[in-house]
Amino acid sequence: MSSETAESVQGPLEYSTEEERLKIFGFWIFLGAEVILFGTLFATYLVMYGRTGEGPDPGELFKLKDLLIETFLLLTSSFTGGLAVHEMRRGNLKGLLAWLAVTILLGLGFVGEEAKEFIEYMGDGASMGTSAYWSSFFTLVGTHGCHVSLGILWIAGIMIQLARRGLNAVTARKVFIASLYWHFLDVVWIFIFTLVYMTGMVM
Amino acid sequence: MAQQKNETAAQGHGGFPWRQVIGFILSIVLTLLAVWVVYSLELPAKVTLGIIIIFAFLQASVQLFMFMHVTETKDGSIQTWNMIHAFIAFIIIIVGSIWVMSFGMGYM
Repeated sequence: MSSETAESVQGPLEYSTEEERLKIFGFWIFLGAEVILFGTLFATYLVMYGRTGEGPDPGELFKLKDLLIETFLLLTSSFTGGLAVHEMRRGNLKGLLAWLAVTILLGLGFVGEEAKEFIEYMGDGASMGTSAYWSSFFTLVGTHGCHVSLGILWIAGIMIQLARRGLNAVTARKVFIASLYWHFLDVVWIFIFTLVYMTGMVM
Repeated sequence: MAQQKNETAAQGHGGFPWRQVIGFILSIVLTLLAVWVVYSLELPAKVTLGIIIIFAFLQASVQLFMFMHVTETKDGSIQTWNMIHAFIAFIIIIVGSIWVMSFGMGYM
């Protein structure tokens, strides 16, 4: 049997068995549920918009420079995550590990910037219990931040497995699913950028 | 093992990652355009909001198609429709909540 035909039928390694293919498909269904989770948090946030009570208004605290730093860290990490999968599909384990490491570092930078931002807001009198508005702000943006933190631990775990077991159908599927999760967090951030920060600075 | 490695190496995905680079450039351009619309164009608030929301959906599509390869494999169309359905529900939850909660605000 010519290996040429086997390759063209099987496609990328992460799809090479029925089980891995179904797990990737299942993860897409999970992401659909995640869209709804964030939809409910966005709905609460937008309904509570303006209910700042005695606390400060978002326009007083949001800073464009900090927002752009966070946004570009996450956008770039999504790009490097894409490069990691590109290297994986070329069968380049070293390239894959290197790009995953860069992705994690950019993710850590994002979480660090966000933690700094939250601490600044608390110093300026806006914390979880200040007003309905700030409760919904910290719940929405904090839930996204928790997802990013979890993603960092998850990708780190997969990197350890890759180093030990190398590239096979199972580890390739794990990398691919983690990359879907990571890009998805960038999708959520785009809506936080638009509906929370941009809106908070203009309206 | 070795055979599987060879298979991934010969996927035809080799070479320069054009998709990812174009996706990255589009994301940066759309982000900066949104900032420019908000800060430099003095449009009415509702128009500004409408434009940046369209940019957000465009950028979400860039992630889904350029980075996440949503249309890939024979499950591609189900995956794509699942995401379209999720985003329709997302819009209904948000717009519906704002609509419902904006009634009777004058009495509060």
